[in-house]
Amino acid sequence: MSNQYTVTVGLGSCGIAAGAQKVYDALQNGLQDVAADLAVGGCMGMCFAEPLVEVASADGARIIYGYVDPEKAVELVKKHVESGQAVTESVLWMKGIESADANYYNKQQRLLLKNCGVVDPNSIDSYISMGGYKAIEKALKTMTPEEVIKEVEISGLRGRGGGGFPTAIKWGLARKSPGTEKYVICNADEGDPGAFMDRSVLESDPHRVMEGMMLAAYAMGASEGYFYVRAEYPLAIKRLRIAIAEANAKGFLGKNILGTDFNFQLFIREGAGAFVCGEETALIMSIEGKRGMPRTRPPFPAVKGLWGKPSNINNVETYANVPYIVYEGGAAFAKYGTESSKGTKVFALAGKIARGGLIEVPMGITLNQVVFDIGGGLKGDGKLKAVQTGGPSGGCIPAELCDTPIDYDSLKKIGAIMGSGGLLIMDESACMVDVAKFFLTFTQDESCGKCTFCRVGTKKMLQILVRITEGKGREGDIELLQDLATKIVQGSLCGLGQSAPNPVLTTIKYFRHEYEAHIKDKICPAKKCKALISYEIDAEKCKSCSKCAKGCPVKAITGAKKEPYVIDKESCIRCGLCQSACKFDAVMVTTGNGRGE
Amino acid sequence: MSLRENENNSFPEIDEIVKKLSANKTPSMMILQAIQSTYGYVAPEMLERVTELTGLPSSTLYSIVTFYAQFRLEPIGENLIQVCHGTACHLAGAERITNAMEMETGAEAGSTSADRKFTVDKVACLGCCSMGPVITVNGETYGNVTPDLVQKIVKQKRECCEINGCKDHDSAGKEATVSE
Repeated sequence: MSNQYTVTVGLGSCGIAAGAQKVYDALQNGLQDVAADLAVGGCMGMCFAEPLVEVASADGARIIYGYVDPEKAVELVKKHVESGQAVTESVLWMKGIESADANYYNKQQRLLLKNCGVVDPNSIDSYISMGGYKAIEKALKTMTPEEVIKEVEISGLRGRGGGGFPTAIKWGLARKSPGTEKYVICNADEGDPGAFMDRSVLESDPHRVMEGMMLAAYAMGASEGYFYVRAEYPLAIKRLRIAIAEANAKGFLGKNILGTDFNFQLFIREGAGAFVCGEETALIMSIEGKRGMPRTRPPFPAVKGLWGKPSNINNVETYANVPYIVYEGGAAFAKYGTESSKGTKVFALAGKIARGGLIEVPMGITLNQVVFDIGGGLKGDGKLKAVQTGGPSGGCIPAELCDTPIDYDSLKKIGAIMGSGGLLIMDESACMVDVAKFFLTFTQDESCGKCTFCRVGTKKMLQILVRITEGKGREGDIELLQDLATKIVQGSLCGLGQSAPNPVLTTIKYFRHEYEAHIKDKICPAKKCKALISYEIDAEKCKSCSKCAKGCPVKAITGAKKEPYVIDKESCIRCGLCQSACKFDAVMVTTGNGRGE
Repeated sequence: MSLRENENNSFPEIDEIVKKLSANKTPSMMILQAIQSTYGYVAPEMLERVTELTGLPSSTLYSIVTFYAQFRLEPIGENLIQVCHGTACHLAGAERITNAMEMETGAEAGSTSADRKFTVDKVACLGCCSMGPVITVNGETYGNVTPDLVQKIVKQKRECCEINGCKDHDSAGKEATVSE
C-alpha cells in the first residue's frame, strides 16, 4: 500500500450478482498507470446501488460511487485520482453530503457494520489496522472472565438470532457449568428467507465475529469453537477459512494467545440445507453428524451441549457486537436503544423498497423511519401495505402500525417478532393469503417431523391455505386455521413449530378482509392467486408484435399482423410470462368476474 | 451395484476423503458433503464404501442424506440451475422465473432435463434479497433476473455444451464456486 488512493470494490455476494467482479477486473486492467491501489471489500450495505466502488484517500476520506459498470468505474476512478477531486455528480455517499441516497447512510448508526465494506475481509492486517483484536487483548491482559461477562451484562445485549435471550446470562450459565471441555458455537445457519445480515457480516468482516467468539470462549472457559454455516453461503465459508488460517498464522488462534495461557481453536462445519438446524439443539445434533432434530430442554446447551459438554450458542450478529462492548465498555453500547432492547440492530431491508440493503439502526427506531427515511419509501409508485419481520417465524405488520418502535417487546405486542433481522417491505401487489401460504409451504417442508402438531398441523394449515387461494375456501376456514395455529404452538417442541403459525395469525388479524374476499367472493384483491385471476390483452395497447405468443408455454395466444392478439382463457395456465414479455403494458390481469371457471 | 462388486473399488476418491477427514470429531456429515462435492451426488453404493471404511452403519448415513435437502441421490445434469424462492424473490416474481426456466430447459423444477443438460432446482433464500429474483447457474449468481435473461442464459449454456462438449462446466454440482 504505497499509493495515496485506495480503490475498493464491494465484493459481497450481492455485489457479485450485480456485476461487481467485472468491475473489479476492469479496474485491475484499467488502473495500471494510475496511482491507486485496488482492494477487495465486503458489503457496503447499499445493495440498491450495486456495483459500488469506493475511493479512499490517505487522509481517510471515503467517497462511494454507485450504479457503476466496468467502463464507468475506470473512468470515474481515473478522473478522481488524476484531479484529486471527487467526481461530484456521480458521488453516492461521502461525509457531509446531503442527498436522498446519502440519507440511506446518514440516518443509520453503524457500530457493528463499521468495518463492512471498509476492511479487506481477506486480510487480517486490514482488520487489525481498524482496531481489530484490541478487545481480546484488553480482555486477556486486563480483565477476568467474570469482568467480561459483567461488561456484556451492562451492555444489555440480547440474542440477535431472534430469541432475544440476555447474552450475559447464557455466558454466565456456561461459565458455571463444571468441566474443562467446553465449546462455543456460532450459529451462522441463517435460514430465514429474506435475511442476509449474517452472510454479509461473515463475508465482509469475518475477524470481528471470530474475535467475539474468542471473548465468549475466554469468558466461559472454552478452548474450541465451531462455526455452523449455511451451505448456501459459499463465499462466507471461503472467507472464514482464509480468516481462520490467517489468525492461526498470526497467533490470534492456537496456543498461548498473545502470550497468555489462553488457548483457542476454531473449526467450520457446513450445514446441509435444513432450516430446523437454526434451532440450537438441532444444530448441535447436526455438528455431531446426525439428523438435525431438536430435543427437549432442559438440559440446556450451557449445561449439556455439543458432545454432551457445556456449550454456548449465539448467532453471528450477537458475537459481532461483543468486541465493541468489551473494548468500549458495556455502557457505551447501552447508550443506544430502549430500556429493554439495548444497542443497535442490523436489518436486511428488501422487497418493494426504493433503497434496499444492509442497514444498522438503534433499537427503538420506528418501522416508518426505516422504510421512509432510510429506505426512501417504496419502489416505483407503490404504496406501503405491510412490513414482514422475522421471516417464517414472524408476522406481517400492516402500514397503519408501522409507527411501532423496533424493539423485542413492542414487536411482540403486535403479534410479530424481532426475528433475526429480515425486513420485507410489501406494497399493494402482495396478496396476504399468498404470503401466508408461501411461509407455510416453507415451514411445513422444513418441519423435521418429530412433533405431530408441527409435522401434520402445518401441512393441514397449508392445505387450507391452498384451497383458499384456489377459490375453494369454505365458511369456517379462518376459524379452523386459528384453532390449528393455537394447537401447533402448544404442541411443538422447538421454535420452528412454535412460531410457524405466526404469519397466518398476523395476516388473519390484520388482513382478514383479504381472506374473506378469497373465500366468499372468490376474488384475489392483489391479483396474485392464479386460480382467481385471468389474463387479457388490451386491444388498444397491443402492437401485434407477437412476443407474448412466442413466449407462451402452452400456445394459448393467437393473433395476426396488425390485429390485436388474444389469450384463450381455457388453455391459459396463468403463468404470467406474456405479461413479462409485453413491452407495451398491454397484458392486463383481472380477478373475479373475468374467470371462466 | 452390490457390495461384492465394490471390492474393486469404483470410488477411489472416497478412500482419500475418509482418510483426510477422519481426524475430525464426528465427521460423517463432512465425509458425505465431500463425496457430494466430488461426484455431484451421493449414491447408495458410495454410502456402502463409507461404511466399509468407517464402520458407520449405512442406515445412519442414509438417514443423514435423506434428511438434509442439500444431498442428491441421483447425478445432476451438465448445468445446475438454482432458482431462489426466498421471500423477496417470491414477491419479485420467482414463480415466473421458474416457469420460464422449466420452459427453456425442459426440466421440471427439482429434476433434470431428458437431454441431461440442465438440472433445475428451487431453493430457499440465497441471501441476495435486494437483487431478486435471483438465480445461480453453476455457482455463478445472477440478480434482477427476467424471463428474457433466462432465455439468453439457457441458450448460451446449451450452445456452450454443444461446442465444448461441456468441458467448461465439469464443476457443475460440485462445491459452488464464487470467483474472487
